[in-house]
Amino acid sequence: MNLFRNLFTSSIGRKFLMAVTGLVLVGFVTGHLVGNLQIFLPPDQINGYAHFLQGLGPLLWGIRLFLLACVAIHIWAAVVLTLESRAARGPESYGVKKWLRASVASRYMRMSGVVVLAFILYHLAHFTIGIPGDESYKSALPSVVLENDVREFGIPLAAAGTEVHDVYSMIFLGFANPIVSLFYIVAVGLLTVHLWHGTDSLFQTLGWRNARWADGLRKVVAIYCILYFLGNLAIPGAILTGLEEPAAGTTAAAELIAQR
Amino acid sequence: MVADTSSTQNISLKLRVWRQAGPDQEGRFVDYQAENLNSNMSFLELLDVVNDDLERRGEDPIAFAHDCREGICGTCSLVIDGKPHGPHHGIASCQTYVRSFKDGDTVVVEPYRAKPFPVQRDLITDRAAFDEIQQAGGFISVRTGSACDANAVPIPKEDADLAMDAAACIGCGACVAACKNASAMLFVGAKVSQFALLPQGQPERDQRVLNMVAKMDELGFGNCTNQYECSAACPKLISHDFIAKLNKEYLQASVRSAFKARSSV
Amino acid sequence: MATLNSNIPPGELADKWSTYKANMKLVNPANKRKYKVIVVGAGLAGGSAAATMAELGYKVDCFVFHDSPRRAHSIAAQGGINAAKNYQNDGDSVYRLFYDTVKGGDYRSREANVHRLAEVSTNIIDQCVAQGVPFAREYGGLLDNRSFGGAQVSRTFYARGQTGQQLLLGAYSALSKMIGAGAVTMHNNSEMLDLVLVDGQAKGIVVRNLNSGAVTCHAADCVVLATGGYGNVFNLSTYARNSNATAAWRAYKQGACFANPCFTQIHPTCIPVSGDYQSKLTLMSESLRNDGRIWVPKKAEDCDKNPNDIPEADRDYFLERIYPSFGNLAPRDVSSRAAKRMCDEDRGVGPTKLGVYLDFSDAIQRLGADTVRARYGNLFDIYKEITDESAYETPMRIFPAVHYTMGGLWVDYNLMSNIPGLFVLGEANFSDHGANRLGASALMQGLADGYFVAPYTVGNYLATQKPGSAPSIDEPAFKAAVANVQELTQRLLKTKGKETVAHFHKRLGKIMWDHCGMARTKEGLEEALKLIPALREEFWANVNVPGSDDHLNQALEKAGRLADFLELGELMCRDALTREESCGGHFREEYQHADGECLRDDENFAHVAAWEYQGEGNLPHRLTEDLNYQTVKMSTRSYK
Ligand SMILES: Cc1cc2nc3c(=O)[nH]c(=O)nc-3n(C[C@H](O)[C@H](O)[C@H](O)COP(=O)(O)OP(=O)(O)OC[C@H]3O[C@@H](n4cnc5c(N)ncnc54)[C@H](O)[C@@H]3O)c2cc1C
Ligand code: HEM
Ligand code: HEM
Ligand code: SF4
Ligand code: F3S
Ligand code: FES
Repeated sequence: MNLFRNLFTSSIGRKFLMAVTGLVLVGFVTGHLVGNLQIFLPPDQINGYAHFLQGLGPLLWGIRLFLLACVAIHIWAAVVLTLESRAARGPESYGVKKWLRASVASRYMRMSGVVVLAFILYHLAHFTIGIPGDESYKSALPSVVLENDVREFGIPLAAAGTEVHDVYSMIFLGFANPIVSLFYIVAVGLLTVHLWHGTDSLFQTLGWRNARWADGLRKVVAIYCILYFLGNLAIPGAILTGLEEPAAGTTAAAELIAQR
Repeated sequence: MVADTSSTQNISLKLRVWRQAGPDQEGRFVDYQAENLNSNMSFLELLDVVNDDLERRGEDPIAFAHDCREGICGTCSLVIDGKPHGPHHGIASCQTYVRSFKDGDTVVVEPYRAKPFPVQRDLITDRAAFDEIQQAGGFISVRTGSACDANAVPIPKEDADLAMDAAACIGCGACVAACKNASAMLFVGAKVSQFALLPQGQPERDQRVLNMVAKMDELGFGNCTNQYECSAACPKLISHDFIAKLNKEYLQASVRSAFKARSSV
Repeated sequence: MATLNSNIPPGELADKWSTYKANMKLVNPANKRKYKVIVVGAGLAGGSAAATMAELGYKVDCFVFHDSPRRAHSIAAQGGINAAKNYQNDGDSVYRLFYDTVKGGDYRSREANVHRLAEVSTNIIDQCVAQGVPFAREYGGLLDNRSFGGAQVSRTFYARGQTGQQLLLGAYSALSKMIGAGAVTMHNNSEMLDLVLVDGQAKGIVVRNLNSGAVTCHAADCVVLATGGYGNVFNLSTYARNSNATAAWRAYKQGACFANPCFTQIHPTCIPVSGDYQSKLTLMSESLRNDGRIWVPKKAEDCDKNPNDIPEADRDYFLERIYPSFGNLAPRDVSSRAAKRMCDEDRGVGPTKLGVYLDFSDAIQRLGADTVRARYGNLFDIYKEITDESAYETPMRIFPAVHYTMGGLWVDYNLMSNIPGLFVLGEANFSDHGANRLGASALMQGLADGYFVAPYTVGNYLATQKPGSAPSIDEPAFKAAVANVQELTQRLLKTKGKETVAHFHKRLGKIMWDHCGMARTKEGLEEALKLIPALREEFWANVNVPGSDDHLNQALEKAGRLADFLELGELMCRDALTREESCGGHFREEYQHADGECLRDDENFAHVAAWEYQGEGNLPHRLTEDLNYQTVKMSTRSYK
């Protein structure tokens, strides 16, 4: 069908795919951040939440595949479009190179994107598969039993008494390592830079932006990016600096005290 | 080189100019000293003066494109110190004046750099690609003599004014030259938007945008990453809002053409 | 000797065009694609003609020296385009537009052509709007009009200050469509260097590709020239730098008559020359004269002073003084000449002493700077950009400049020259404007010729030609023309003298401006007729054209064009000398009313003077076509 050809082979079509997949990913990282911020609540909350997600079964795999497809399409489009643009510049480059007004974030999208990709790979290995620090990986930690019913927005996620992975401790232990934390912070910083241009840019790509409200949009995006970065900074930041101590009685609390 | 003819300040500049004998030849920068320039002289007149000197010495003058010299024909196309059309905002190369530079400055002059705009000689590039895009759909089909009365279809003044904003494009190609991706989106966006905004443009609206974008891609222009360098370099300050509009027009047209009922005859 | 038969159809003036269309010969639709038409030029005239004829089914080959048809000089027209739509309900009509144009042309144009122009003017606006030309509109969504010089009705349609651009883009888009469809073969960067006649009919051209230098021949059933005006013979003008007369001139040398070459229009409000490096003069809208007051110092020694330091008593508001009833709004030609006289009296201002003040201080005092900014802000900005001076603080300096050429190749009612099969459209023909063109009428004429006249009249001619009878380019006539072109090129390249092309162009321009410009005298013209041949000789002995002819060589392009200007300039002076009267843009100081107005001689000069080439070294013949006015009574043109 023509529509698919237009989407996958034309410049604007591929830009559209990039914007839509970008939008999905923005939704994911935002939701993920909100979920992760539960680390600042009692351990049951995040453990129950994680358990709920793990328990989705095929649905979880559906979501994972969808996200994977989005990342794949996003990256594929980025690579193809970038290669074409390089070629379009021609063999000879300018003697004097000058930027007129492109935002700084927009100039380094490709670099920030690559770092984000590296981060995602590392992060999956770290928390989802558990390669770097096997001993702090959730399945290596003793499981915990929920003391209370866990609910979110009134929806029950897990009942008291369920035995679940100790994701709470895994995060604390993972971020206790300053190198890991710093890498997270840098990566999330670059992700924010990526989003700074990306969330503004996707409106242009989808044709929803014009001079009348571009200024307003830019401000909203800026606020969003700042909040996003601060939220992400808070988790490793608070753990590393000791501002947030693991709740008493958790494996993380025990291990961290033992390390000191 | 030039006699002082007025009380205005006279300055000297060092020009570093790209010289290239032909499309398939190697090019390089060559320095020229231009002395005693009247600061009210236009940048193209400065090149005239340098050329006069070269010709008098029997050397090949610097080839540069120009015609109207008042910012409307879109022929002039210099990249001066890294910016298409020179240091100022919203004007063409031919409207740049020597007074924009300081005595003793080195000024680098080079041609547009984009694969679809091959260098012909020195500072001249071939921009026929723009014509090809236009031929792919940049028109409203109307048989001569078949038009209805001009006032038969009133057009809201706002739409007409916005269409005129888009129509002001002079086809100079500075947008492509300024874009790091060598994308032609601003030029195409302006043309597509002009017609999409007018009632006359409706019958061919979808076909037009699909064909023009396909041609643009085929000719090897790059892909827009919304950096807005193009509109910053545009001598007519064409807004990048028209790129957003182009995106929307293209996507809508793609969807509509996929689901449109087709006559079976 | 050529015969000038105007071929005006019989009948009442108002019916001529419809009668013509009803009776003209038609080409069978199936045969149309067997005819090939060459169109040289893609400005308003050429672009619209090529598109329309392709649409009709002819095979069209279109040639321009520009790198794209969209760059033709038509793009620079600012003000607007006239049409007798009467949308303002202010009493306009086809007749009134016709009458204004004939009167504006000082009764030196052909009635029948002008009437047809006025008739089709309304179709032009319909056509352009349908093409998507974004004309200015009122809040109700209907088209807006403005008024322009020489008319008492508002009939000028405009698109901001870019009317020419928008109209050209309309024609260009129509042309683009036909190129895309394969109906027009477009040849950019292709300069026509000769016309080829076969059996006395125009059947082809020789062109040089400006990028590769390749010289090629092209044959067709007929040739249409729409190559614009020749004002750059003056070197400095408001024309685009590359506008030239080469196509028309080479056609002249093949036998096409050149009509009224001396009729040039000088526009009073241009930004003056600032130094000898100057390449171009920029037009400022005439509307400035509504609120600005024009003056020069009374005493020559004040001319170098800051104008703001010159007391009121020492200023000479010369237009208000000489023409008390019209004042600063005196017509274009009258104002231009008055400014020149002031400068001749050494009272000109500015670095070159060729300028007069256009002062807004009264207006600013009376209306406030904001109102003045609202009315003229963009013009003040252009002025500032070019001169680096603020017209809000010091008076503007303005001076007249060459702006349009009413003369051109002679054509009959069919727009066909005296060479059968050679059609000439737009500014390139001697056209419908007589001795003076009204503002906003050139665009109208270009599009009228291209969209609505030539497609019919060319068909009428083609119907007399056997389909498929276009000659082959192997004919000896083509071979000879190529040899001719190459010989000329080699001559230019081999001279290897000491001076540049620009040097000679400046000198020619000065001779023309001094002797064949705003005011002309017998002595001056005779002087010029000595100076120009001498300059031409020097050019051929001492010009230096670097490079070769097998690559993009702008010096060579310029040299070829100047070589033609050096001949055309002489013809202009000769024409001016033999027209012993003043009319419109042609002002012979010997022939004026007591108040400085043109003194026409309808008894002896109510005719078109068309010059026929007689070979190198021989004087051309002066032929005449009498102008018989059926409908309009000739009277003294007065705007008092
Ligand atoms: C500054 C300015 C403002 C003006 N404003 C107005 C206005 O407001 N209203 C109005 O009515 N008129 C105006 N005019 C006049 C009007 O613009 C022109 O008379 C008109 O546009 C001429 O159109 P054209 O098609 O005859 O020629 P042009 O537009 O000059 O086109 C000439 C074409 O011929 C081609 N050509 C020429 N020689 C050759 C060759 N040897 N070989 C191949 N191709 C060749 C060129 O490439 C070009 O395509 C203005 C003129 C100027 C200078
Ligand atoms: C400080 C910030 C972050 C923390 C604390 C965090 C924590 C976690 C944890 C605990 C898991 C594993 C859940 C589980 O399997 O039980 C996870 C999975 C994941 N995280 Fe993060 N994350 C952070 C930032 C990010 C960022 C910025 C991204 C995206 C760029 C990201 C993308 C993912 C992905 C794709 C998964 C896998 C989801 C799945 O299993 O389907 N995370 N994260
Ligand atoms: C994995 C590696 C990634 C790479 C290589 C990458 C690369 C890019 C590139 C090159 C662009 C184009 C820039 C532009 O159009 O201006 C882009 C746009 C975008 N990216 Fe990414 N990106 C990656 C990951 C992500 C992630 C994880 C997100 C979301 C969280 C994201 C969100 C976006 C958004 C919203 C856009 C804007 C789309 C548009 O301009 O319309 N990207 N990306
Ligand atoms: S959009 Fe602007 S920069 Fe691009 S071609 Fe048009 S006028 Fe030139
Ligand atoms: S600069 Fe290039 S990236 Fe897009 S917004 Fe303009 S075309
Ligand atoms: S020369 Fe025409 S726009 Fe600069």
